[in-house]
Amino acid sequence: MNAIDTWVARHRERAATLPGAAVPWLATRRHDAIERFAALGWPTSRLEAWRHTSLAFLEQHELAAPEAAPHPATTLAALRTGFDDGDHWLVFVDGRAEPALSVMAAVPAGVTICALSEALAHRPEAVETAFGTARDAAAPHALNLALCSDGAFVHLARGTALEHPLHLVFIGATGAADTHVRNLIVAEAGSEASIVEHHLGGGATLGTVVTRVQAAQDARVTHVKLQRQDERAIHLAQIEASQARGAHVASHSLSFGARLARNDIHTRFDGEGCEALLNGLYHVDGRRHVDHHTLIEHAHPLGTSREHYRGLVDGNARGVFAGRIIVAQDAQRTDAIQRCDNLLLSKLAEADARPELEIYADDVKCAHGATVGQIDEDALFYLRTRGVDETHARQLLTYAFAAEVIERIAQDSLRRHARATLLARLPGSALLEELL
Amino acid sequence: MLKIDNLHAAVDGKAILNGLNLEVKDGEVHAIMGPNGSGKSTLAQVLAGRDTFQVTGGAVDWDGTDLLALPAEERARAGLFLAFQYPVEIPGVSNAYFLKAAVNAIRRHRGLPEYDAMDFLSRVKAEMKAVGMREEFLYRSVNEGFSGGEKKRNEVLQMALLEPKLAVLDETDSGLDIDALRIVAEGVNRLRSPERSMIVITHYQRLLDYIVPDQVHVLSHGRIVRSGGRELALELEEHGYGWIDAGAKAAPATGATGG
Ligand SMILES: Nc1ncnc2c1ncn2[C@@H]1O[C@H](COP(=O)(O)OP(=O)(O)O)[C@@H](O)[C@H]1O
Ligand SMILES: [Mg+2]
Repeated sequence: MNAIDTWVARHRERAATLPGAAVPWLATRRHDAIERFAALGWPTSRLEAWRHTSLAFLEQHELAAPEAAPHPATTLAALRTGFDDGDHWLVFVDGRAEPALSVMAAVPAGVTICALSEALAHRPEAVETAFGTARDAAAPHALNLALCSDGAFVHLARGTALEHPLHLVFIGATGAADTHVRNLIVAEAGSEASIVEHHLGGGATLGTVVTRVQAAQDARVTHVKLQRQDERAIHLAQIEASQARGAHVASHSLSFGARLARNDIHTRFDGEGCEALLNGLYHVDGRRHVDHHTLIEHAHPLGTSREHYRGLVDGNARGVFAGRIIVAQDAQRTDAIQRCDNLLLSKLAEADARPELEIYADDVKCAHGATVGQIDEDALFYLRTRGVDETHARQLLTYAFAAEVIERIAQDSLRRHARATLLARLPGSALLEELL
Repeated sequence: MLKIDNLHAAVDGKAILNGLNLEVKDGEVHAIMGPNGSGKSTLAQVLAGRDTFQVTGGAVDWDGTDLLALPAEERARAGLFLAFQYPVEIPGVSNAYFLKAAVNAIRRHRGLPEYDAMDFLSRVKAEMKAVGMREEFLYRSVNEGFSGGEKKRNEVLQMALLEPKLAVLDETDSGLDIDALRIVAEGVNRLRSPERSMIVITHYQRLLDYIVPDQVHVLSHGRIVRSGGRELALELEEHGYGWIDAGAKAAPATGATGG
């Protein structure tokens, strides 16, 4: 039912009602994008980048919106507890902005936060560059461009700072079996913001998400992506960042839900002295599958990158990590560390971790490593000799392993929220919580 | 009272303990000495319940219970404490969290009310002061990046907090300078009481200058080959362990229980 032609037909049907339909450059890009998608088809394991995560099954996969869902207002209210009143909330239901639910606190002059649909309606020229094209895009990201129905547009003028986090909440309700959202974040020189994507909702849906970040000179952008969708959902996401001289980008990807989740995260240093943190945690169980593909391009000297990924893989699930760091010939005095560590929580769980360094410069400090292992028996015994029963000791060690990723989230309320979300997923959370 | 009777243990089919006998009465402190590889840590770990070692024979009776039938955590709750020769690092678990989990697990078992956060903190801080640990160690991951001496102090701290009935200290003195050694010894001496017994494993006699044992045993090839008073330790100090290995083969080593 969902063969490539069906998606082409959907593009044809929806084109007139998608935001920016009357904007010529966008119509052209969408057209090119669906053509590219049709030409590529869903990626299969024959492609190196999709070796462990073939999407060929989507040719025949039945998608369905959930039959029932809590009212988005209820979901949002639950989410907002624990966050500061000053936070900003831009809410999307089934891929479209829901102004009635959004809560925007006052923002400083020079900061624009709005739905992409709104920007396209009033000032399409403001998003033209940031929007991107489907040239070189992988099939799911091309499909996203062709069909994206909304998303966030954030523009931070030179030197502005958003004090409180901006939350982009994507709730899947009963209205759509497939959603495609695109977020554009433009941070001018010296600006600063924390932006959090929450992906929630039920159903055997397919969702594509593309988030594009432009960090100009000395800008600081923190991006947190918290994916906890229905365990039948297909989630295909991309984060594409570029950093000018001295810019700092932190990406935290927490992947907990979905039947299949794929995140392609890429940042490129376009000037000297950039810094990037790629921090990630995934937890999969049952027959679920999660895949992170990351690429950090050190194209200029004096860049620093830190990449730390951890996975908890349970049941028959599979966790995939492939991280690449490219250090160009000019990128002298690069300092890069990349790690991916996995904890297998069952005999049938599987993890593939592949860190890769491609170094063309000669004066660099680079290290990488990956592990796939079980709970440390020595630590387990040590805890047991202190009276902690084996089950609780295992839970504690599992939580501690994962929590090290979460502790890298600098902002307090976000870190606490991430910690609580992780705890709620793990068995024994009551006992663990009591001791925190 | 602890009564170890003809204990045999092996790892991967290799025999390590070969018929070990030992009796430790309530309130007594016994020292176990012996060359490297003689089985001291194996004995300690078997007593604590490590299942990588297979008990292939013998029995351990502890106040009428079959100690070997209990899982490690139940031995701990019943009051057995092992100070590890190599304390384990647990990244991501703060020492404070770990200590509280341990203390409350044991208090729950003893039917005592669990500590609330404030009571616990003031208790821990007092004990830390006694073993010369700075407060920052509470907020660091368990043993992670601790020096050898800091790890050993952390073991003594746990012992003090858990108030065991039987404490086994596995080379807690190794790698300590004289000041640290004194603090560790004071920690042990403070806990000495008529209800509490201790097995102090050490490679060197110098610890016994500070902790005066009721009995000293010499372990060789997984058996106790000599038992005696403090003077035995001094003898070992003077002559080294060489003569033991020579003698162990000649003399049958059964019946070397204390008491
Ligand atoms: N886990 C193990 N696997 C294999 N051999 C072991 C293991 N633990 C101890 N051994 C062996 O058992 C013997 C006794 O070790 P141990 O009890 O650690 O001695 P000690 O503490 O007296 O130095 C040594 O030969 C040691 O190599
Ligand atoms: Mg030893």
